[in-house]
Amino acid sequence: MTGIVPAVEVQGVTRRFAARKGPGVTALDDVSLTVAPGEFVSLIGPSGCGKSTLLRLVADLDVPTSGSIEVFGKPARQARIDQDYGIAFQQAGLLPWRTVAGNIELPLELHGAGKAARRRRAAELIALVGLSDFAGHYPDQLSGGMQQRVAIARSLAESPSLLLMDEPFGALDEMTRERMQNELVRICAETQAAVVFVTHSIPEAVFLSTRVVVMSPRPGRIRSIVSVGLGEMSGRSEDLREDEGFFRALSQVRELLHGDEAAPTGARGVERR
Amino acid sequence: MPTQTEQIARPRRSVRGAAELRVRRAGMPQRLSGGLFGLAGLAVLALVWELYKSFGPADGVILGGVTVLPRTTDLAMPHLFVMAERLFEPVTGAASASPLWLAVLQGSLFTLGIAAVGWLVGVTVGLALALLMQRFRLAESAILPWIILSQTVPLIAIAPLVRRWGAQIQFGEFTWESWMSVALIASYLAFFPVSIGALRGLGSPDANHVDLMHCYAVGWWKTLWRLRLPASVSYLLPALRLAAVSAVVGSVVAEVSIGLRGGIGRLIVEYAGAAGGDPGKPWAPIFGSILVGLVAAGFVGLISLFLRRFRRGEAA
Ligand SMILES: Nc1ncnc2c1ncn2[C@@H]1O[C@H](COP(=O)(O)OP(=O)(O)OP(=O)(O)O)[C@@H](O)[C@H]1O
Ligand SMILES: [Mg+2]
Repeated sequence: MTGIVPAVEVQGVTRRFAARKGPGVTALDDVSLTVAPGEFVSLIGPSGCGKSTLLRLVADLDVPTSGSIEVFGKPARQARIDQDYGIAFQQAGLLPWRTVAGNIELPLELHGAGKAARRRRAAELIALVGLSDFAGHYPDQLSGGMQQRVAIARSLAESPSLLLMDEPFGALDEMTRERMQNELVRICAETQAAVVFVTHSIPEAVFLSTRVVVMSPRPGRIRSIVSVGLGEMSGRSEDLREDEGFFRALSQVRELLHGDEAAPTGARGVERR
Repeated sequence: MPTQTEQIARPRRSVRGAAELRVRRAGMPQRLSGGLFGLAGLAVLALVWELYKSFGPADGVILGGVTVLPRTTDLAMPHLFVMAERLFEPVTGAASASPLWLAVLQGSLFTLGIAAVGWLVGVTVGLALALLMQRFRLAESAILPWIILSQTVPLIAIAPLVRRWGAQIQFGEFTWESWMSVALIASYLAFFPVSIGALRGLGSPDANHVDLMHCYAVGWWKTLWRLRLPASVSYLLPALRLAAVSAVVGSVVAEVSIGLRGGIGRLIVEYAGAAGGDPGKPWAPIFGSILVGLVAAGFVGLISLFLRRFRRGEAA
């Protein structure tokens, strides 16, 4: 790893939310995590364990109480100003008065890209997420899944080398979800972006990720990291869901999530923290 | 008017859930039927008027010494056709007098002009205050109470003050004229709904959208232009409509209290004196003021037509 600047470097980060009364909430406690360029890392854990908080810290939407966060070797704040990452939230968060194309063009427009370049890029991305027939539609004319795809296209607009995604498929039905996962795998293979991906779904995490980060709640800590090792992004396909390695990793993550104190014995590919 | 106030007070932007929300857009047929209902309402009103006039007791309905319904004499309640006919007769008996409708129309235009100036000033001031309060927390807590307090001062009290102060303003070519006092008072009424509506509107974007702008590392102005202003449109339009109506009412009342000639307010007072022998006459300027109000509201309706795109978030 020496010589390569990691996409995300989280070191000993603690985030405590002060409360008016009482001790407050420690959302994250001494969390350290490194994401290599081009790597797909999922964060999984029970509700309230600080996944969104961690993502927001990396995105510089919030600052850690202690510890440091670097994105491509720069402080998170600088990385945000330099637009080093694209982000997609749990809600699509499209501007209702802009068309699909207009929403995707938004970051380009805000950062002063020319009109022709914007058009071209938006058309490209709309094709990528398979919404070519809907470029002129407004968000309220789209289904939830379509809106989510627009949000993903928007996060890709400036070709970021890091993608931050907070349960982007959370609101989708199982069918759409699997299709979107396949699309995301394809997109990642094409763009070579590193991804930090928050999810509640174990199969989703395992299918998509190079590594799955399993977190424990209150205070939020990294319990362990499972290396899935299902091979290169470009080689992933639907068949993978039937693969033996897929099921092995699945049960590993499940045990880590559920078997609280009775942690499984050191299975292959599991780093202890 | 209470419905408009409610519209400002209650955000109509609904939370976007997982479920698909579709806008119930006011299509042309819907708008048309709305207009028909309006006309039907007017017809019913006219019918009630004439029925009561025909069958109501001549001395009105008196309950325990209190008159609850007016007398039905031709003096107190002229027939609608009397009012209409009167419009086409000359203002006075003088040979050179123009028809009543023309005089009223001229007065209406005069008042409309003043109200428009008052509306523009009020909207500008209201927006500026809202922007200031949105930008600085401190400004909000410092200004907002005063904005609300300002509306508790009765118009009748400020009209003479404005007139007196205005009379002292003079620099170079510029002299303060009475119509400016009237416009100022109109703007005093108009700025209030705009400042409150705009403040709510500017603060209405989801945390999600604000976060997004933060991620894009854009400043306050760009966020204002790309996010806050568009998001505030659905709050702003009812506020603008209310401001337009307030500006008209304010102009008419201020014309009366300042004693400005040429407008509807003056005509109302003047013609009311004639009611004794000419019962149709006082109604003419009242129709005139209704006309002015309709034109003002229609103008805002026109604005909202152009801003339709920004109201898409208003899911049912
Ligand atoms: N702005 C805040 N103020 C106070 N406490 C907060 C704030 N944001 C998060 N928390 C607390 O931090 C903890 C972690 O929250 P976070 O949103 O990161 O959880 P999460 O893992 O994303 O949960 P979920 O899976 O339900 O989205 C929670 O206990 C929450 O109460
Ligand atoms: Mg969360």
